[in-house]
Amino acid sequence: MVAREETPILAMIGITKVYPNGLVANSKVDFQVQRGEIHALVGENGAGKTTLMKVLFGLEKADEGDIFIRGQKVKISSPHDAIRHGVGMVHQHFMLAPSLTVAENIVLGAEPRRGLWFDRKKAEEISRSLSEEYGLHVDVRAPIKDVPVGVKQKVEILKALLRGSDILVLDEPTAVLTPQETGELFLALKALKEKGHTIIFISHKLREVKELSDRVTVMRGGRVVGTRKTAEISSEEISRMMVGRDVELRISRPTAASGKAKKVVLLAKNLQKYSRDGKEVLKKVSLQVRSGEILGIAGVEGNGQVELVEVLCGLSPADGGQVFIAGKDATGKSPGDIRNMGVSHIPQDRMIYGVAAEASIEENLVSTRYRTSPVSRGISLDLKAIRQISRHLIERFTIKATSPSQSVSTLSGGNIQKVVVAREFSTNPQVIIADQPTRGIDVGATEAIHRYLVEATEKGAAVLLVSADLAEVMGLSNRLCVMYEGEIVAFFPEASEVTEEELGLYMLGLKRQDPREIEAAMMGEAESRPASEAETGEG
Amino acid sequence: MKVLLEAVFSPTFAASILRVTTPILFATLGAVVADLAGVVNIALEGMMLVSAFTGVAVSAFTGSAWIGLICGVAVASALGLLLGYFHLKLRTNIILAGIALNLLATEGTVFLLYIVAHDKGVSSSLASKVIPDWQIPIIKDIPVLGAMVGKQNALTYLSLLAVGVVYLFLYKTPLGLRLRAVGENPDAADSVGISVHKVQFIALAISGALAGMGGAHLSMGYVSWFSRNMTSGRGFIALAAEALGRRHPVGGFIASLFFGLADALSNYMQSLRVPGEFVQMIPYLLTLFALAVYSGRQMKTRRSFK
Ligand SMILES: Nc1ncnc2c1ncn2[C@@H]1O[C@H](COP(=O)(O)OP(=O)(O)OP(=O)(O)O)[C@@H](O)[C@H]1O
Ligand SMILES: [Mg+2]
Repeated sequence: MVAREETPILAMIGITKVYPNGLVANSKVDFQVQRGEIHALVGENGAGKTTLMKVLFGLEKADEGDIFIRGQKVKISSPHDAIRHGVGMVHQHFMLAPSLTVAENIVLGAEPRRGLWFDRKKAEEISRSLSEEYGLHVDVRAPIKDVPVGVKQKVEILKALLRGSDILVLDEPTAVLTPQETGELFLALKALKEKGHTIIFISHKLREVKELSDRVTVMRGGRVVGTRKTAEISSEEISRMMVGRDVELRISRPTAASGKAKKVVLLAKNLQKYSRDGKEVLKKVSLQVRSGEILGIAGVEGNGQVELVEVLCGLSPADGGQVFIAGKDATGKSPGDIRNMGVSHIPQDRMIYGVAAEASIEENLVSTRYRTSPVSRGISLDLKAIRQISRHLIERFTIKATSPSQSVSTLSGGNIQKVVVAREFSTNPQVIIADQPTRGIDVGATEAIHRYLVEATEKGAAVLLVSADLAEVMGLSNRLCVMYEGEIVAFFPEASEVTEEELGLYMLGLKRQDPREIEAAMMGEAESRPASEAETGEG
Repeated sequence: MKVLLEAVFSPTFAASILRVTTPILFATLGAVVADLAGVVNIALEGMMLVSAFTGVAVSAFTGSAWIGLICGVAVASALGLLLGYFHLKLRTNIILAGIALNLLATEGTVFLLYIVAHDKGVSSSLASKVIPDWQIPIIKDIPVLGAMVGKQNALTYLSLLAVGVVYLFLYKTPLGLRLRAVGENPDAADSVGISVHKVQFIALAISGALAGMGGAHLSMGYVSWFSRNMTSGRGFIALAAEALGRRHPVGGFIASLFFGLADALSNYMQSLRVPGEFVQMIPYLLTLFALAVYSGRQMKTRRSFK
C-alpha cells in the first residue's frame, strides 16, 4: 500500500454489492483515492468496476460498506446526493438527450432562468465560458445528435464540472474515441488535475493507464487485487494482476499460407453512397478480401467506415457499385440473405445492432440461426438444443453470467460484446466483417477475440477488420488500407511494413496514394501476392 | 356536389371546423405533452369522457358552467395522476393501465349518470349549464374572417391559446426542457439529479387537464348535455393527430384541423341525407389513410437514413 500522509479525498470501505439475481458484483471492496491524482481503475469485463462507481454515484445501493468523502462519512442514495458531495460521473454509455443542444444538456437540471422562462442565452454563455475555462471546446448550439462522440464526451465532462464536481469519474471514456480525440481528452484531464480535480479513470487500454494515471487499482472478480503507483508497475504486471495469468499483449497476425490465400471471397466494386443531406460518403470504394487473410481498414472514425460496413452487410443499400460474396452477386440483398451467404457481422454499436438487450443471453446467441436445425424443429424451437449451444458458447467465450436465461441488459459492457462475438463466430462464417470488435473489452478477452479472428482465417475465412485502434489494425491485418473522407487513400499489401506515423499522415488526409495504383495493387491478380512473408508476433 | 362545394367553402363551414376541432385539439396537445415526457397517454379518451360528465353534473348542481369546467378538468387531471401511479409506482404497463382507465370511464360515467340523472343514455333531465360564446370585438366585423372566428365558444379560443401556451411551456421553460429530456433519455435526466417520475407525473397531470378541457367542450360547448360515450373515439384520433403532427404542438394543431375538417364534413353530409353510417366513417377512414401515408413516408426516410 502507498503511504498515506493525508486523508484520502475519497474512501470506499468494505463495499459489497449483490444484484437482485444473486450475483456478487463487489465483495468487501476497499478503494481509496488521494486528492488531485488521476487514479486508474482496471479489471476484466465484469470485474465490478462500473458497479463500484455506480455505488459511489448513487445509482446502485451497496449492501454493505461506507463511503467517506474528505474524511467525512456520507450517505449517497441518489445521483443528487453524489452531485452535492462533488462527485461527477461520465458514464460508459452516454447520458445525453439527443435532440437538445449542447448547452441545454450541460445546464439540464440547473437551468438558468429569467422569470418563468428558461434563459437560453445565459445557458449558452455559461456553457461557453466553462468550455473555455477548461479547454474543452464545443459548439454550444449544436444539437447533441449532430455532434461526434468526442464532443459528447466533452459535454459529459462539462456537465459534471458545472455541478462543481471535483471528483470526476470517467467510465471507459476512450473506448469510443479516435486517437486524436483521446489525445485531446488526456490533455484536458491533465489540465483538470492541475486545477486540483481528482479523477478516477476506468480503461481497458493499459497503454492509456500507463500514460495518464498516477496510481492504479486492479479489480478481479468483484474484489480489489491491489493498488500501485503506476510508475512502479509494468503493463505486463498489471495485466497479470487483472487476469491472474500471463497475457499475450502483443498481437499476432495470421500467417496467411500462400496456398490458401487465393480465392477472393469478398469483393466490392465502386461502392457509392450518399448521406441523407446529399453528401457523398462513399466515393467509389473498391476492395477485395481473400480467403485466409485479414484486410484492415484504418482511419479516423466518420470517414465512411460505418457506411461501408452497412452496405456490405446489407443494412443499407448502396447508391452505386456492386458487392460479391464468394463470386455471387450480393448487391442489394437483405441482411438475412447476406448472412445466409456466410457473412458474419460484428457491429460497432452493440446496443443497436448487436443484441436485443431485454432478451436473454441464449436467445441472443441463437438469434441468427433460429430458422435452421438444430435450433429449429419445424415450427417450434428446440429449447434443449438452444440451452446446450448457449452453455457451450458461454463457456468457450468466457461470458460472465449467472445463467443462459439472464437478460443481456444485466451483463457488463464487455460481456455484452462477448455475446455478439460468440454468436458471430459460432456459425463458421466465410466472411467476417468486424467493426471495432474489441471496443470496451478487457485485455484477456481482446486477446481471445484476436485469437478467434486468426483461427477463423486459418480455417479459410476472409476477415474485414475496421478499427480505430491503430495497434490492433496494424498488428492483426495482413493487408491494410486507410479510409479518408469516403475514399481509400492508401493501400499497403504488407501491413507489417507500415509505421504508425506514416499511417497517421494518410488518416489525417495529409498524404495520399495514386488511386489507380491503389486499385491495381489491391485488385490485381490475387495469386501474384501471397501474403506469406507476414511474420507472427510483430506489431 | 355543387351544394357540397359551396357549403365547404363558406365561412360558416370554416367556423364549424374550428368548433369540432376544439376537443380534438385539446386532446392532441395532451397527447403531445405526455408523449414528449415518455409516457404515452392512451387514456385520453376516458379522461375526456369523465370530464364531460363531471362538467355537466357539477354545473347542474352549482349553476355555474365555469365551476363545472374546473371540476371536470381537475378530475381528468387526477385520472392522469392515477395513470401515473399505476405505471410509475405499481409498474404496470402503461398501455394496459390506459385501456383499463378507458373502460372504467365508459362504464363508470353511465353508472354515475344513472345515479344523478336517472337515465342511462343522456343527461337531458339535468339543468346543466354551457360555457358561453365569446365575440372578438373588431374581428367579428371583418366580413369573411368575422364569420369564421369572430364568434366562437370560449373554449375554442382557449384551445387556440393553448397551442401557444403548450408550445412555450415545452420549448421555453426549464420544466419543458426537463420534460423533453426525460422523454428522450430518462438516464440523462437521472444523471443530473432530475426526478424522472416527478416530471412524468406532472406531464400526465397536464395531459389529463388538457384532455379534460376537450371533454368539457363536448358536453358544455358543442352540445349542452352529456350522453354515453359521447367522445366516440376523439381521444384516439388525438393520438393519431399527435403522431401526424410529429409530436409538436403546432404540428398537432394542423393535424387536428385536418381531423376537424373530416368531422365537419361528415356532419354536413349527414344533413344532406347521405346515408349516415357511411358518412360517420369518414373521419376514421381519413385517420387510417393519413396514418398510412405518414408511416409510409417515415419508413422511407428511415430506410434512406440507415
Ligand atoms: N443490473 C444488473 N443486474 C444483475 N447483474 C448485473 C447488473 N449490472 C451488472 N451486473 C453484473 O455484475 C458484474 C459486474 O458488472 P460491472 O458492470 O460492474 O463490470 P465492469 O467491471 O464494469 O465490466 P466492463 O469492463 O465489461 O464494463 C457483471 O458480471 C455483470 O453481469
Ligand atoms: Mg463497465
